[in-house]
Amino acid sequence: MRPLSQVNNPYKDDKNIDACALFGMINIEGTRFPFKDPLKAISNMRERGNGLGAGFAVYGIYPDHKELYAFHVMYLNRQAKRRVEKSLEEEFRVVLSEELPTKEAKVSNPPLTWRYFVEPNTSKVNEEKITEDDYVMKNVMRINVSERGKALIFSSGKNMGVFKGVGYPEDIAEYFCLEEYEGYMWICHSRYPTNTPGWWGGAHPFSLLDWTVAHNGELSSYGANRRFLEAYGYKCTMQTDTEVLTYAFDLLVRKHKIPLELVPKILTPPFWDEIDQMQQKQKQLLTALRQTYSGLLMNGPFSLIVARQGQMIGLPDRMKLRPLTAGMGGSFLYLSSEEAAIRVVQPTLDKVWNLTGGEIVVGMVKAPAFVRLQLATMR
Amino acid sequence: METPTETLKELSRLKIEEGAIGVNALEMRSYELNALIRDLVKKGFKGLNLYNVYGQRYIGAGLSGDITFKVYGTPGNDLGIFMNGPNMYVYGNVGDGCGNTMNDGLIAVYGHAGDIVGYSMRGGKIFIRDDVGYRAGIHMKGYRTAPTLVIGGCAGDFIGEYMAGGIILLLGLDESRRHETRFIGTGMHGGVIYVRGKITHLGKGAKMMDIDENDLRVICELVKQFCDLFNFNSSKIIKQEFTKIVPVSHRPYGRLYT
Amino acid sequence: MKTYLPPEYIVKRDVKLCNKCKVCIQQCTYGVHYYDEKEDCMLSRDENCVNCQRCVFFCPKHAIIIRKNLVSYRKNHHWTSEVITAVKKQAETGRAILTGMGCDKPNLTYWDKLLLNASQVTNPSIDPLREPIEIRTYLGKKSKQVELALTGEVVLKTELTPQLCLEIPVMFAAISYGAVNLNVQEALARAAVECGTYFNCGEGGLHPNLYRYGDHLIVQVASGRFGVHPEYLNIGAAIEIKIGQGAKPGIGGHLPGEKVGKEIAEMRMIPVGTDALSPAPHHDIYSIEDLKQLVYALKEATGYAKPVAVKIAAVHNTAAIASGIARSGADIIVIDGVLGATGAAPKVIRDNVGIPIEFALASVDERLRNEGIRNEVSIVASGSIRSSADVVKAIALGADAVYIGTAALVAMGCTVCQRCYTGKCPWGIATTDPEISKRLNPEEASRRLINLLNAWGIEIKEMLGGMGINSIESLRGNREQLRGIGLSESELRILNIKPAGR
Ligand code: SF4
Ligand code: SF4
Repeated sequence: MRPLSQVNNPYKDDKNIDACALFGMINIEGTRFPFKDPLKAISNMRERGNGLGAGFAVYGIYPDHKELYAFHVMYLNRQAKRRVEKSLEEEFRVVLSEELPTKEAKVSNPPLTWRYFVEPNTSKVNEEKITEDDYVMKNVMRINVSERGKALIFSSGKNMGVFKGVGYPEDIAEYFCLEEYEGYMWICHSRYPTNTPGWWGGAHPFSLLDWTVAHNGELSSYGANRRFLEAYGYKCTMQTDTEVLTYAFDLLVRKHKIPLELVPKILTPPFWDEIDQMQQKQKQLLTALRQTYSGLLMNGPFSLIVARQGQMIGLPDRMKLRPLTAGMGGSFLYLSSEEAAIRVVQPTLDKVWNLTGGEIVVGMVKAPAFVRLQLATMR
Repeated sequence: METPTETLKELSRLKIEEGAIGVNALEMRSYELNALIRDLVKKGFKGLNLYNVYGQRYIGAGLSGDITFKVYGTPGNDLGIFMNGPNMYVYGNVGDGCGNTMNDGLIAVYGHAGDIVGYSMRGGKIFIRDDVGYRAGIHMKGYRTAPTLVIGGCAGDFIGEYMAGGIILLLGLDESRRHETRFIGTGMHGGVIYVRGKITHLGKGAKMMDIDENDLRVICELVKQFCDLFNFNSSKIIKQEFTKIVPVSHRPYGRLYT
Repeated sequence: MKTYLPPEYIVKRDVKLCNKCKVCIQQCTYGVHYYDEKEDCMLSRDENCVNCQRCVFFCPKHAIIIRKNLVSYRKNHHWTSEVITAVKKQAETGRAILTGMGCDKPNLTYWDKLLLNASQVTNPSIDPLREPIEIRTYLGKKSKQVELALTGEVVLKTELTPQLCLEIPVMFAAISYGAVNLNVQEALARAAVECGTYFNCGEGGLHPNLYRYGDHLIVQVASGRFGVHPEYLNIGAAIEIKIGQGAKPGIGGHLPGEKVGKEIAEMRMIPVGTDALSPAPHHDIYSIEDLKQLVYALKEATGYAKPVAVKIAAVHNTAAIASGIARSGADIIVIDGVLGATGAAPKVIRDNVGIPIEFALASVDERLRNEGIRNEVSIVASGSIRSSADVVKAIALGADAVYIGTAALVAMGCTVCQRCYTGKCPWGIATTDPEISKRLNPEEASRRLINLLNAWGIEIKEMLGGMGINSIESLRGNREQLRGIGLSESELRILNIKPAGR
C-alpha cells in the first residue's frame, strides 16, 4: 500500500499537480446541517474529478469536545499506530481515542483511520513558551515527518474534522459514514491528480490546526513560496500547492495577525503600477505587505476555498485563470467551481456572481453581512 | 539659535549651558545618541557638550559645519568618521578608528587613542595627547589640503602605512620610553612623517631624510598648536632632534606588472 | 635582451583594397599601423596589436583583417602556446602579468548548463504582449513581519526600510572613474535613469557632472576610501562597501600613477601622479563585527536613509560569509563570481582565485533561507551575466537582481580584448586620455545601453510568461524552474536542482 505522505511521489516530481472541483457552504447563523447538500453539490461536478481523491472538512462537528484538538490519523500498519500513540501520550493528554466509524464502500485500500481528542501537555507548552496552537502544529509536523508516510495526522483542529481518501466523493462519504455528522460549514473537494496515482494521504482538502484549504489549479510560484515558508519554520513535506497555501494562511493570519481581508493583498497583490497610483497611506501599506511577503505571491492559475472556525473564504488568482463562483441564499453562502453545483442545492439564490481576479469573499458566522472585497475597494 | 522645542524640554537629558547644549549620554545607545546629535545640529545648536559617554560609536559621523563638541567619557569606535568641519575635544581616551575617513575639522584627544587613527583622512587635524595604537594614519591622503595627525606619545607598528599624502608628527614626549614602532611608512607613496627621537625600523617603501628649514617650520607650527591644546612647553619639545620619513617613490607599484 | 615572444596577432592588409587613407593610423592607439613614405605603402608593427578590432571596423575599404598568430609550437595540451608565452614573458621582465576584463578559461560558465522550464497543460503560459508581467524589484532589507494597528482603520506600524526600486532587475556594476572616463560613466548614468535602474560609480570618487544622477547612483566605499566625503555618501541612492571583487579576490588594486592626472587626483583626493592604492583589506575591517561597525558608520553618516550593500568575491566559504554579512546590518549582499571583470588584475589571480557565481549564489541563498534570514538582505549576483537568460537563471537560483559590467561595456563597443589596463582602449572606454575618450559619445552609448536593457526586459517577460509566472518575485529561488545538463551529482546537489529529464 502507498505511503501516506511525502514519499508518495514515486516519480520524484517537483510536486504533485492536480485539477479538481471545489465546493463550500456555510450557514452564517451557525446552524448545523447534514452532508446531503454538500455531497449533492460536489457530486454534480463529477466531470472535474476522476475518482482518485475526494474529501470533506466539516466545522462544528464535535460540539461535545469543542475545547479539545481532534486529530484524525491514517495508519498503514499497527506498528505505526503504536508509535504515534506513544508520542501522543507523551506530548498530550489523550481524552478519547477511537477508530473512525467506516463502512463498506467503493474505495480501494483504505488505511486504518483513528481519531483522538487531545489536550496539549500544559507544562510542556509553558516550558517552550509558545502558544498551544504552535505546540500542536509543531508536534503534528514532527510526527508526520518522522513517520515518513507510515502514519499521517490529516486533521488537527478543534470542533472540526476532515474525511478524505481515494474514491469519488459519494464513495468517501459512504465509507466514512458522513450521515452521522452535522456541521455549520462543509468544504468539499473532488480531485483530478495530474501526476500521481491516487493516494489517501494526498487527497484534499489539506488541513492543519483549524485551517482547511481546498484548491484548484497550479502554482507556478511553488518553489519560491515553499522556500519562503521554510525560512519561517514550516516543513513542506507533502509537495503540494495546498500545503503551501495552508501554511501561508497560518503564517499571515494566525502568526502575523494580518486581517483576513488583507491576505489577498499579499497572495494576489495589486500590480506595482496600481500601487503607485494609490494614496500615500494605502501605498505604504500595500508596499510593505508586498515587499515583506514577496515570497508568498501566488502565481499561476488557482482558485481556493479556505476555511477556519466560523469563516469561509474564497479567492481566485489575480489573473483569474481558474473559476470560482459565489452564491448567497437565505442564511447560506456558497463557493463553488461551478454555479450549477450551487443551484442543485438551492435553485433560487439572492445573489450569484463569479469572482474577479484577486477578489476575496468572506462568509462569517454571525457577521452582519457577507464581506465582499475587491481590489478596487482598497484604492 | 532656535530655543529648545517642547520635545527637547521633555528630554531630561538636555541642559542649556553657556553657548552650548549639554547632553547626558548615560545609557544611550549609539544610534539614539547620534540621532539626538543630528537633531540638535539641525535645530541650530553650535556647541554640544556630551557627558557620560561610554563607548557610543560614530559620534559626529558625517557632520559638517562650524560645530564644537566637547566629549566627556570614553567614546567608542569611529569617532568623527566622515566628519567634515566640526571641532571635537575629547576629555578621555578614544577607541579605534578615530577620525576615520575624515574630511575636515579638528579632533583633539586628551588621552590616548586606539588603532587606525585617521584612517584614510584627507583633511583636517587630529591631535592625540598620549599614545596611539597600530596603523595610525594609515592611507592618509590629500589633494589640495594636507591632513595632519599629531601624536604626543608613542605609536604602534605600521604608522603611516600606505600613506599617500598629509603629515604625521610623532612626538614621543615621555622621555623615559623609546620609540618601538616597527614598519614605519610601509607602502608609503606620498606625504611625510616626522618623528622626534630615534627610530630604526622603517617599512618597505619608506626612507629617512634629514629635516630642512621648511620642515622645521611645519613642525614648530604643529608643536605650538599641540602645546596650546594640551598645555605643554613647546620650546622644550622643539629642542630634540627630528627625523623625516618620506616615500622612496610615488609609484611603488610601477615596476611590479607587465 | 632579445625577445623570444612572437607577436600575438598578425595584421593582414589587402593591398589591392587599401587606398592609403590612413584611417587605421588614426584609429589604432597602439601605434601598429604606419605609412612608409619611401615605399609609399601602409605597414604594421604586429607585435603591438592587441586585436581590439577598432581598425578593422573603421577601415572604409574593409582591407584589414587581424589574425591570431598561430605559432607552430609542437602540439601539447599541457604546454599550450599561451603557457609558453607567459613563461617567456616573465623570464624577460621579471614581473607579474597584468590583464584586464574577466577570466577567459573554459568550463567556468555554468549558466549554459542550466535550462529553464515552460508551462504545458497543467498551467497556462502567459503572453507578455497581452498580459501584465511585472519585473519590478525592490532591493533592501525586508522586515520579517508586517505589523499593523487594527483599531478601526488598518494602520501600518512596521517602518519601511529604505529600498532601491528597480524597474528591471539589472544594474550597472561598479566601474570607476580612472578605469574608464567620464563619458562612459555618463552613458551608464543616463541609461540607468532612463531604464529605472542604478549605476555604480566604483571606488574612484564621483565627478561633479554626475551628481545630478544621484537618484540612480550607488556610491562605493572601498578600502582606499577615495573620494569618500559626506556629500558623496549622501548623493547616491545607496552605498556599497566593496570588500572584494570576483576578478581579484583577496587583493587590492591600484591605479597606476601615470593615469592619476589632475581630475582623477582631485576626485580621489590624492596627489597628482601617485599610484592610487586600494589596500587588500579595509583597515578598519579585520573581522565581521568590524564590518558591522562600518555598515552602521555609513548609516549614521547618512541618517539611515539609504540601503547599504556589501560586495564580496565568490570564494570557498561565501555562504558563511554571506550569513555574517546578513547579520551585520547590511541591506544588500553583492556576490561577484570568478568570471567577474576588472580594469586591471594580475592574470594569475584573475584566472585561479574564486568560484563560479552559480555555486556561490545557490549556496548563499540556501544558507540564508535555512537560517531564516533570507528576508534580511537582498542578493545581487554579479560577474558573468551576458544575457537575459543568465538573469532569469540567476533569479531562479535565488538572486534578487544582477549587476552587469562587461555586457554594458560590450554594448558600448568593447570587444573584450582584455587590455583595459593599458589605458589606451581604442574604443574610448578603458581610457582617460581626453582625446581617445572623445571616441565614446555618451548620448549614443547610452542609447545602446537603453536598447540592451529594453531588449532584455522583453526577453525576461517572455521567459516568465512561458513559465506561467507574472511577477518576478515568484521566480526568486524557484529552482523547480531549472534543470541541469551535463552536471555531476554533487554539482546538482549544490545547485539544488534536478538533472534535465527528471
Ligand atoms: S586598432 Fe586594434 S586591432 Fe587594429 S591594429 Fe591597432 S590594436 Fe590591432
Ligand atoms: S574596454 Fe577597451 S581595452 Fe578593455 S577589453 Fe574592452 S575594448 Fe579592450
